[in-house]
Amino acid sequence: MEILSILIPVSLGLGAAGLVAFIWALRSRQFEDPKGDAERILSDKWDDRPRPD
Amino acid sequence: MADLTASGFSACPACDAAPLAQRLADRAEVADGTLILSLPTAHCVTCITDVETALLAHPGVRHARVNLTLRRVTVDAPGLAADDLIPVLAGVGYEAHELDPDALSATTADRQGRDLLMRIGVSGFAMMNIMILSVAVWSGAEAATRDLFHWISGAIALPTVFFAGQPFFRSAWAAIRVGRLGMDVPISLALILASAISVYETTQSGHHAYFDAAAMLCFFLLIGRYLDHRTRAIARSAAAELTALEVPRATLLLHGAEQVVPVATLRPGDLIRIRPGARVPADGEITEGRSEIDRALLTGETLPVPAAPGQMLSAGEVNLTGPLTLRVTAAGRDSSLARLTALVEAAEAARGRYTSLAERASRAYSPSVHLMALCSFAGWMWATGDLRLAVNIAAAVLIVTCPCALGLAVPAVATAASGRLFRRGLLIKDGTALERLAEVDTVVFDKTGTLTLGRPVLVSAAPLSQDLRPVARALAEASSHPLSRALVEALADQPNARLSDVAEHPGFGVSARWQGRTVRLGRADWLGVSDADEDRPTSATWLAVEGQPPVRLEFTDELRPGAADCVAMLRKARMRVVLISGDRRAAVADLAARLGIDDYHAGVDPQGKEAMVADLAAQGARVLMVGDGLNDTAALARAHASISPASALDAARVASDMVLTGSGLAPVAEAVATARRATRRIRENFAISIAYNIVAVPLAVAGMVTPLIAALAMSLSSITVTLNALRLRD
Repeated sequence: MEILSILIPVSLGLGAAGLVAFIWALRSRQFEDPKGDAERILSDKWDDRPRPD
Repeated sequence: MADLTASGFSACPACDAAPLAQRLADRAEVADGTLILSLPTAHCVTCITDVETALLAHPGVRHARVNLTLRRVTVDAPGLAADDLIPVLAGVGYEAHELDPDALSATTADRQGRDLLMRIGVSGFAMMNIMILSVAVWSGAEAATRDLFHWISGAIALPTVFFAGQPFFRSAWAAIRVGRLGMDVPISLALILASAISVYETTQSGHHAYFDAAAMLCFFLLIGRYLDHRTRAIARSAAAELTALEVPRATLLLHGAEQVVPVATLRPGDLIRIRPGARVPADGEITEGRSEIDRALLTGETLPVPAAPGQMLSAGEVNLTGPLTLRVTAAGRDSSLARLTALVEAAEAARGRYTSLAERASRAYSPSVHLMALCSFAGWMWATGDLRLAVNIAAAVLIVTCPCALGLAVPAVATAASGRLFRRGLLIKDGTALERLAEVDTVVFDKTGTLTLGRPVLVSAAPLSQDLRPVARALAEASSHPLSRALVEALADQPNARLSDVAEHPGFGVSARWQGRTVRLGRADWLGVSDADEDRPTSATWLAVEGQPPVRLEFTDELRPGAADCVAMLRKARMRVVLISGDRRAAVADLAARLGIDDYHAGVDPQGKEAMVADLAAQGARVLMVGDGLNDTAALARAHASISPASALDAARVASDMVLTGSGLAPVAEAVATARRATRRIRENFAISIAYNIVAVPLAVAGMVTPLIAALAMSLSSITVTLNALRLRD
């Protein structure tokens, strides 16, 4: 059962990492325009360098 | 759930719209940097790049970003006004409208949505982690391991319930303070009781802890709440967008100089200038100028009325041909427009508040759940005398009856149905509109602007001899009168005759010289012929060439696309179709015959329309009113459900529950069918929840529900109702 002392922190850590990623995505307004983001990837306008935002 | 569906839209939408329009008018022409433009035609990646490239290329634009979901572009351009950028977009082929950033940024709705998403994320994380630990407990973890897992679960669940449960606690507290039992009171009670009993059990090394159930409750119920919020936010921002398109400004004449002012600042006695094509902003008397007036939106008349000095005009009428100067007699609160708004408010109050299916369900649900939990507590207490067992069972009852399925059932159906209708071109503005629409058995149509486009078309060019057609076209091109424009359109394939001395006589017609003869196009009385207009369904204009008898050109009002199909489909669905119009009897009868409507009324004024809708309602009919004009607003507000086309006046759009975003009328018939299916889905979902409760509640009362069974039942019923709701999508 000693393995639990590793597995439980690992599983909680992975879950927390997911949560932090979600909160970051939410904070950086990535859910503002889902339809536009889905379409923008088809554009070849900024293929060579990122859009200067 | 009561407050899920009821709040958010005020009982009097007209009251909301007025200040919004007001803010728009007050705003200075040049905003302090950020501009928001609506792009109704943007739909793909090319549109995004076209718009952004065009705007960024314009000098002065620092930043431009298209939001395709909302069909808007946000432009950062200090010193530029929307009027500078709209032509830029028109140049690359995109229609754009100015929107008010203050009214539309919708920051509060935005923040609420993000806030809910955050709580969903947190409770989802907590639920999954607790579930991993719970699986170990369910599969037989013993003694110290079980206690450890319970403690870890508790350490995750308690902060989660505290954070994610706040929306429920807050609205439950609000409900209790006014002495009501909303849907949120049993939810909050279940959350608190489940957490408390689990902590106690854990300290006593008990077998069962409900931490997973508490986190799962939060997760599922928050999803329901988020769906509901999103449906409403989208509808609200689209509705605000429609309102924001019309900015109430007037041109004031002050010491001979023209000055653009907000309509609200007009005072009786002010002189205002009304350009051809502009809407009359206040009631008044014409002091100068001749023109023709389109009163279709006020009275439903299709025929323009001549206007001359001394005549009274009402706010809302449209000036057609010549510039007019008006002395304001009544503005703001006293104007006829404001009187109509008052009528709308009265009618809305008379319609009363509709009790939605969800509200009725929650009214029956809350007391019975509390009673059941209390009874099982008392029963077990009396039977065993074991307080811990009795509290445990009462908590189990509250958890299994918790309205996960109920809380998801309605928002999921509403989201699916309104999404489907939105793609078809119908925007739902009100939370209970779908349910009300489903009950409709009588459809009342307005004529001008609703069943017809309010745009005349030439019946036939036959009365014109071949050599007169170029003359007619050339004369018609000199005027912006709707009949002239229709004539130009009908004769578009004709060459233009060479005319000289072309002069428009506002209110009468156009005259010119052609091959040494005077030619005139205009009203019958101006040309000296008598025309018995009243008896014919069509409107007419006359062409007179010196030395020849005048030629009568007949126009009819063009049917809105899909109008005939829509009426046919409604009749097929065995609905009563009624046509009520303020127009002349002949015109109304002609249209009714064309569409196969036997039940029609002509020459009805706004009060009459409202009274007729009220009469129908008194006879037990559930009326759907479809109308666009100011004369329809009171009837729209009074009817059980109401729809107006996007071309309608803002007052009409505000008064109605649904707005047609396209130009076709076909979505109306489909909307009724979709609404009926949606209501059936809601009822099915209620039935599923009840069936699940019938199985689970006796088990819980008997003390046989373990956390495993609670978790299974809860997730199964939630997934079933969501899948059932999604069947509405296409």
